[in-house]
Amino acid sequence: MKVLVPVKRVIDFNIKPRVKADGTGVETAGVKMSMNPFDEIAVEEAVRLKEKGIATEVVAVSVGVQQAQDTLRTAMAMGADRAILVLTDVAVEPLGVAKILRALVAKESPDLVLLGKQAIDDDMNATGQMLAGLLGWAQGTFASRIEIADGKATVTREIDGGLETLTLTLPAIVTADLRLNEPRYASLPNIMKARKKPLETIAPADLGVDVTPRLTIVSVAEPPARQQGITVESAADLVARLRNEAKVI
Amino acid sequence: MAVLVFLDHESGIIRQASRSAVTAARALGEVHALVTGDASVAEAAARIDGVAKVLRAAGAAAAHELAEPLAAVIADLAPAYTHIVAASGASGKNVLPRAAALLDVQPIPDVVSIVDADNFVRPIYAGSALATVRSSDAKKVLTVRASSFDPAPAEGGAAPIEQVTVPDGPALSAFVSIALSQSERPELESARVIVSGGRGMQNEENFKLLNPLADRLGAAIGASRAAVDAGFVPNDYQVGQTGKIVAPELYIAVGISGAIQHLAGMKDSKIIVAINKDPEAPIFQVADYGLVGDLFDILPQVEAALDKAG
Ligand SMILES: Cc1cc2nc3c(=O)[nH]c(=O)nc-3n(C[C@@H](O)[C@H](O)[C@H](O)COP(=O)(O)OP(=O)(O)OC[C@H]3O[C@@H](n4cnc5c(N)ncnc54)[C@H](O)[C@@H]3O)c2cc1C
Ligand SMILES: Cc1cc2nc3c(=O)[nH]c(=O)nc-3n(C[C@H](O)[C@H](O)[C@H](O)COP(=O)(O)OP(=O)(O)OC[C@H]3O[C@@H](n4cnc5c(N)ncnc54)[C@H](O)[C@@H]3O)c2cc1C
Repeated sequence: MKVLVPVKRVIDFNIKPRVKADGTGVETAGVKMSMNPFDEIAVEEAVRLKEKGIATEVVAVSVGVQQAQDTLRTAMAMGADRAILVLTDVAVEPLGVAKILRALVAKESPDLVLLGKQAIDDDMNATGQMLAGLLGWAQGTFASRIEIADGKATVTREIDGGLETLTLTLPAIVTADLRLNEPRYASLPNIMKARKKPLETIAPADLGVDVTPRLTIVSVAEPPARQQGITVESAADLVARLRNEAKVI
Repeated sequence: MAVLVFLDHESGIIRQASRSAVTAARALGEVHALVTGDASVAEAAARIDGVAKVLRAAGAAAAHELAEPLAAVIADLAPAYTHIVAASGASGKNVLPRAAALLDVQPIPDVVSIVDADNFVRPIYAGSALATVRSSDAKKVLTVRASSFDPAPAEGGAAPIEQVTVPDGPALSAFVSIALSQSERPELESARVIVSGGRGMQNEENFKLLNPLADRLGAAIGASRAAVDAGFVPNDYQVGQTGKIVAPELYIAVGISGAIQHLAGMKDSKIIVAINKDPEAPIFQVADYGLVGDLFDILPQVEAALDKAG
């Protein structure tokens, strides 16, 4: 079984993003970038499937700028076998990413595409579902558990009221939620080995995909700041203020 | 033309968040509601104030709000609508992007404000910035944040109900089981007061120390990711960028440091109270009222003060 894992290069989750002064976006120059945390979880799951003998090959894919190579090397250091960079300087929307992935699926014929449930920069939570729609495949989103057997994937999903379990006919799309696993750290020898693993670069046009965005950013602004609060001295003072000042209890 | 709103339900009850989606959609045109499930769900939808027509997708294929058949139904109905809207809960986020792909549309998730028919405001980077985006798609597909729109009244409407057919297709996925967290407390997304605990609660047993406070305030109980990951409480308690987005009248954060991913889920609350032993904890930067000290000392004191105040 072949597994395709799309990974996105995003601003590191520890960094507080700053809105650019001209209101056109968020400052990314000179900011630490890392693999989207949900995608680390997806890579980890794919590698575990390989270690269990269920997956035979794990292919990492990224759509983005040249530096997304680093993200792909990280995926290979974690255990992916090879990588594909779809090189583009434009910010591709989930619809465009899904179309690129559909074209790669046609080339690679994976049985499972494992994505993150959302990228922590644009927070769209859309790409996996859109790819599933374009391919006409089953989807299991927000997965906290995956089991593969007899041509089916059994997926437990984190939903608003608790957990739901579905079976999906393979090939299928699964998106990873936080509690699917704890991703490993790549060891130094594996980081060295990853440098020698194959990394292929292609252009969206090679795949015949038009990635023209449908959404235009009109403006990007800081959210309104909250008013400075106060420190209260005692529980009694807190309760009195909640009652008389804030009037919320 | 009208607006199609997908209303999701849990155990036959339409979620309050979906009634907020009705309010958002009314700004865009006449509201037609799409529901699945029993006739009683469609009847409840018909009574929601502001719903002009109910479309009921019945039968096995539409049960459990499975994404594959539901997205196909939405794509089938789409030609009659300018906008397709749902609340940005687990169900809307599961189904709408798939339907959008079938329509060759880029969806607009987590809308917090509707400027006009083409322009929408949505948070990005865990709410660190608000982006106004303009869609050039002929049809718009959006999910809206319940915390930004008042729920439409559950009663007041008398809309006609029509059946819609689920297009034929292979059964790609099948429902196996559901495990809902049992709780007598209000739902997180609609609660007026929320008491949330973090890693500072130390373990599952101690986390229960929040119950007496929540009981006194009629509050829902939430948690940070750290508390969920450590197994103190189930996943559906998680508040934050990747959990639930809430904006109650009062949010009390107990033993939560205030990482941006947590703040993303609660910083629009009207009043925020933080109880934490570390005066430098970032949660104090968003708190209206901060109480510095050991939560295990403070919790009983707050309960006693509430009892005394009556
Ligand atoms: C300030 C700002 C300005 C922007 N300006 C523009 C603009 O002018 N034009 C424009 O088109 N877009 C623009 N974008 C959007 C673009 O940067 C986003 O990447 C895009 O919308 C994807 O959304 P997402 O990553 O949240 O997808 P999600 O659907 O949340 O991602 C889910 C999963 O899909 C996979 N995935 C997603 N993207 C990739 C990828 N590139 N490579 C590999 N796997 C991937 C990953 O597995 C990921 O976990 C802008 C975004 C911001 C924040
Ligand atoms: C991709 C991604 C997504 C994420 N999504 C979310 C999300 O949706 N929601 C979320 O919450 N987090 C999320 N996180 C995690 C987030 O970054 C933080 O790790 C998490 O919120 C920390 O939880 P905490 O505040 O409970 O724990 P900690 O940061 O460990 O804070 C515990 C606090 O308790 C205080 N404390 C300890 N003992 C006591 C005591 N006896 N009395 C008083 N105070 C005490 C400490 O001073 C400390 O401030 C996400 C992270 C990533 C990478």
